[in-house]
Amino acid sequence: MNTPSALTLLVFVPWIGAGLAAVLPARHSRVVSLGLSLSTLVLGLSLLAVCPGPAPAAGLTLEEKIAWLPALRISYHLGVDGLSLLLVLLTGVIGPMSLLASWSLERGGRLLRALLLLAQGSALGVFVAQDFFLWFLFWELSLVPVYFLIKLWGGPGAERAAYQFVIYTVGGSAFLLLGFAAIYAAAGTMDFAELRLLANGTLTDKLGPAGATLVFLGVFLGFAVKVPLYPFHTWLPPAYAEAPTGVAMFLSAVMAKMGVYGFLRVLWPLFPDQLQAASGVLLWLALAGAVGGALAAVAQTDLKRMLAYASLTHVSYCLLALFAVTGFAGLRGERALAAGVAALDGAMLQMFNHGLAAAALFFLAGVLEARAGGRRTLADFGGVRAASPVLAGLCGVALFSSLGLPGLNGFVSEFLIFRGVFGLAPGTAAAGCLALLVTAVFLLTFYQRVFHGPPTPATAAFRDLSGREVATVAVAVVLMFVVGVYPQPLVGLVNGLASLWAAPLGLPFVPVS
Amino acid sequence: MSLLPWTIYLSFAGALVVLVAGTRSAAAARWLALATTAGGWGVTLLAGLSFRSAPGLQTLVDVRWIPELGVRYHLAADGISLTLVVLTGLAATAGVLFSWNVAERAGEFLALYLALVGGVYGVFLSADALLFLVFYELAIVPKYFLIARWGSTRREYGAMKLVLYSFAGSALVLTGILWAQAAGGGHGFALADLARGGFTPAQQRAMFALVFLGFAVLAGLFPFHTWAPTGHVAAPTPASMLLAGVVMKLGAYGCLRVALPLFPAGFAFWQPVIAWLAVAGVVVAGLAALVQEDFKFVIGYSSVSHMGFVLLGLAAANARAVSGAVLQMFSHGVIAGLLFAVVGRMVYDRTHTRRLADLRARPLHRWLPFAAVTFVVAGLASMGMPGFSGFPAELTILIGVWPVSRTWAVAAVAGVLIAAAFTLRAIQLAFFGQTGAMGANPPDDGGDRALRPLPPITWPERVGALLLLAATVLVGLKPDLLLNWIVPSLQSPLLQTALRGGAP
Repeated sequence: MNTPSALTLLVFVPWIGAGLAAVLPARHSRVVSLGLSLSTLVLGLSLLAVCPGPAPAAGLTLEEKIAWLPALRISYHLGVDGLSLLLVLLTGVIGPMSLLASWSLERGGRLLRALLLLAQGSALGVFVAQDFFLWFLFWELSLVPVYFLIKLWGGPGAERAAYQFVIYTVGGSAFLLLGFAAIYAAAGTMDFAELRLLANGTLTDKLGPAGATLVFLGVFLGFAVKVPLYPFHTWLPPAYAEAPTGVAMFLSAVMAKMGVYGFLRVLWPLFPDQLQAASGVLLWLALAGAVGGALAAVAQTDLKRMLAYASLTHVSYCLLALFAVTGFAGLRGERALAAGVAALDGAMLQMFNHGLAAAALFFLAGVLEARAGGRRTLADFGGVRAASPVLAGLCGVALFSSLGLPGLNGFVSEFLIFRGVFGLAPGTAAAGCLALLVTAVFLLTFYQRVFHGPPTPATAAFRDLSGREVATVAVAVVLMFVVGVYPQPLVGLVNGLASLWAAPLGLPFVPVS
Repeated sequence: MSLLPWTIYLSFAGALVVLVAGTRSAAAARWLALATTAGGWGVTLLAGLSFRSAPGLQTLVDVRWIPELGVRYHLAADGISLTLVVLTGLAATAGVLFSWNVAERAGEFLALYLALVGGVYGVFLSADALLFLVFYELAIVPKYFLIARWGSTRREYGAMKLVLYSFAGSALVLTGILWAQAAGGGHGFALADLARGGFTPAQQRAMFALVFLGFAVLAGLFPFHTWAPTGHVAAPTPASMLLAGVVMKLGAYGCLRVALPLFPAGFAFWQPVIAWLAVAGVVVAGLAALVQEDFKFVIGYSSVSHMGFVLLGLAAANARAVSGAVLQMFSHGVIAGLLFAVVGRMVYDRTHTRRLADLRARPLHRWLPFAAVTFVVAGLASMGMPGFSGFPAELTILIGVWPVSRTWAVAAVAGVLIAAAFTLRAIQLAFFGQTGAMGANPPDDGGDRALRPLPPITWPERVGALLLLAATVLVGLKPDLLLNWIVPSLQSPLLQTALRGGAP
């Protein structure tokens, strides 16, 4: 193979951009990095055009595989299916947004852009790599730029936040790695597709029952920290709050999805039985993350910390849907199948929607913080709407998308999730509604306190959004409306996978004798 | 392949030439030393290109040496020794580049350095147990002088401690080998002959304990590792690089080449003990590195922690884990060299302090950006980040260890985590202590002399660092390059006997 294929380009163009951004003079570096960051969106859309319509249920729509380390049976294996493509598109939207959000940074701006592009390429690698060795390379490398981005450009507590973030994540990944070492020792391959063929009990047999449980726990831990699943979330609020705006956007919108992606792509196919056994507990943990995150957000006075906890709530919905489907204990039949498909569709769509909302909200919170001279407690703001109507309007759309107002994108995915979870685990779904309610409370408080009421000294002379700032969020806000009104293209992208994965629910129930 | 013995001769001859040239001109001595080490490295690479893997050692030279004792001058190589001589050539060349600023008796310094390199080549190529020991002892003497005369912090103490541990270790090995030779009743000390000794299991246990312990001391086996941090810290930078990078591998290599094949039953008996000590070393040395106040001690302890992985791989006793252990030897040799180069040459020679608290007060990432980037990359490699050589090595070891004992594997993973913690701590304190956001103005130096910017990184330093970085990335992305040498060598009948055990 002489010409690099589309998938290779997809992953490595941002890395090339990182190199260029680091060496070019500042003025060119901005334009070049933005252009190469946009390549992801362009390539993602053209991939979408190549494989139109409802994506095939099983298998990868496009893949490339080259022998890499024949002695270890490891190959350079990239591939996309509907889920991967959805996340590639999300990354394609968020990557340029993060760069635009950091546009005016003068000092160290080249390095910042290079690191952001490095993170973008690594995230794309995670979403398209189909061999653990390659996949883990991207997974771990994504930490490096984020660590330095938080550490060097973050707020006063950034040093500690960056250290905590990396140690937690490396801690999880170390056990993930051990899990795959064990899988390799037993199965002799680390290719996701080949491993999936062994999933029907063969892998468990090879590892032994106790071994399989241990390996499951190791792999689980790696993803649970990354998402994060309650109670592994304590790194999240400081990391999101201390990170500079562009980085917080990328972190919450894209990198948090790497963990959910890992659950769907890696853990579930390999260990369906273990996941089913654990689902009862996990469902409670996801619920605790959703409700606890929302309650914690209510108690926050710092805008960014509030958004950080809101993020925890929203990704917990994805896990809620996933664990409701995996733990279907005894539920079978048409209705269960329909509920399962809805839940999974919703979970995957929620990954995309939360990405848009989180990026937009972190950006706008960053704007507020910058305008107020670095202050970002609720009490510092008031009456911003009078001075900055555009800011207020865009922030309102993002907030209402986040709390699930019908007509905006957040509603579609949360509705699908709760519809599905109600069909499978009604009690949990009912309890989860509490989170929806509390989310509405704090997001409305946010809007009310910041944009209405009497102006404070800090906000009296607020400038409205500049053209560049509007451009930064415009795509996301437009997409919120588009997906909210016409979600079919995105649903079509993932529906095939959801039907495939939920298929066991449709089987006739066979009581174990 | 047949050129390999010339690495030894070239190094010793180079030592003499450099010694003479050094009395006239330090610059000449430097260039000659560089030519010698680069030449040696070139020879090893040529040998690597022409290497055809086959199970077992391929004889290079075999002549009678002391017929009365049956000692032969028998040099041989397989994929394992080839991996390690390539490492030696690389580390030695980089070391010379990092000794470019040694002004005090540069000729003598480089001559001793080359003698050490020659001894190391000799050990890796010996196929006769006594010859092995001769080279091994030959390497100890230059170490002492390098540290005691050109070292820093408590150099005499560090040098003496290191030498006493080394000699004690080789005395144990010698005892074990002599006993084995007497008990076996054969004539001569060829490893292949000794292995046919037909020792009873009880004998094997005792002999293995002597020989293994003797070598393992040099590999930094817990709790006999304390010489390593003190010695490495006291040593001048190029010597630290070679000591931690290559000389510690002599110990591990001795375990693999002599102790395991000669006494397989003894090995099987001691295997759990070794594994537990190795795991303890990984964890304890990692924790020690986490609390050091001296930058160089962090690296010193990290070396012990990483060598624990090598010993764990050997103790797992299957082909997978042992191939990982050899890969880790190479990887750690390169990474430790880099880390010591940054700490000793790039930072300490400029700031004259290694206390993390002092370094923290300076924005080193702005004053020495090249050093900061090198240390960050080397630190990532040391943490086992994918894309660098440490990752395939540690992964291969874990894959090999898991079927043998899950507990060991989990404990070793805890070690990986600790490595991440102490590496990040060192990066933060040493280079990014004066943070402030990048947006902030640089702190006013206020005319304080201690805060003046430092001399920039020189070209020899850059070249040396890039050589080592390239090696760790190359092996990280393409570990097959080395595994294709290592794995077939493990098929040799001698090693197979030892590696039969292990897997359930």
